[in-house]
Amino acid sequence: MNDNVYISLLIMCGTVYMIRLLPLLFLRKPITNRFVRSFLFYVPYVTLAVMTFPAIVTATENVWSGVAALAVGLIMAWINGDLFVVAVSCCVTVFLTGLVL
Amino acid sequence: MEKNTSIHENNIVPDNNVSETLETEMESGLEFGHITYPSTRRGWVFRGLRDGFPICLGYFAVAFALGIEAKRVGLTAFQSFLMSTGMVASAGEFAALLLIESHAGVIEMITTCIIVNLRYFLMSCSLSQKLKPSIPAVHRFGVAYCITDEIFGLSSAVPDYLEPFYTYAITVISVLGWSGGTVMGVLVGSILPPMAVNALSVSLYGMFLAIIIPPAKENHFIGGLVAVSMAVSWVFSVLPLTAGISSGFKVIILTILLAGAAAYLKPIEMAEETD
Repeated sequence: MNDNVYISLLIMCGTVYMIRLLPLLFLRKPITNRFVRSFLFYVPYVTLAVMTFPAIVTATENVWSGVAALAVGLIMAWINGDLFVVAVSCCVTVFLTGLVL
Repeated sequence: MEKNTSIHENNIVPDNNVSETLETEMESGLEFGHITYPSTRRGWVFRGLRDGFPICLGYFAVAFALGIEAKRVGLTAFQSFLMSTGMVASAGEFAALLLIESHAGVIEMITTCIIVNLRYFLMSCSLSQKLKPSIPAVHRFGVAYCITDEIFGLSSAVPDYLEPFYTYAITVISVLGWSGGTVMGVLVGSILPPMAVNALSVSLYGMFLAIIIPPAKENHFIGGLVAVSMAVSWVFSVLPLTAGISSGFKVIILTILLAGAAAYLKPIEMAEETD
């Protein structure tokens, strides 16, 4: 099946790239429709929120270390907001709660 | 036109540029929330490498699991390297492995890829508005490669137009973690202690929080939207009717519904276009 794998990978990589490329390539002018612009403005917030919760809670082996990571992440993002600091705080939280739980 | 003086849609979030934390202001750059942004391309590259680091860690952990799966399906380290470098998509690659394993036909491969990765289409639409209209087309081809959940999140969080080299810098370090993690997963399987993999797995979510919480703090409507999004996402994952929906598809459905509702309830102020 080895030849097949390379062809399959080529087809799928090409498809994924086209999905990413077409809007960027063809939406060159600023969109003037207010609804569409508002929609696109809100997209990242909804997308990231939906992807974060409840996934963060179930990502770890123990639900409670995930809950702790969420709490610490929320607090750190609120008071600090630096990506690296928040991300590392969450990892450390899971590691430490992993030692205890 | 200088980046710092351009008027653009992202100035619409009230008070984000007029920060109260003036005492922490640095010599140059844009003040946005609590974060100061670089004003040079070089500055953006450094910032991208720094911001990309947590992505690199998170990707490594996720890709490691992907590599283990790739090995099970029968891919070599080199093939899985090609897959990860060419596709850079978590759910997309898990789906790709299933397709390869089941010897799926071309049509099935293409349709599954489109459905699983459809959110990148939305993100690409959104990001198209962040690029300066006069930007050379080569950057459209370049930025397109970089659209993943995390890199999109960072790229769309910057004020004003996006400096593509910021996105490239994030992508270089992230893909290093992603492809490296996949290859390591194939080669060394389960050598990394599970506790370390476990801890790394939340890195990406921590980063998401760092992207959405500061604007939510400044703007109550965005805050409400984030809270509602999380709540509905949770409801979707427990209701028997919707729990079976794949995570990629769930993201698409909820994004269209909730961002659409938000746009209907509170359309953004249209800024003057200066170009």
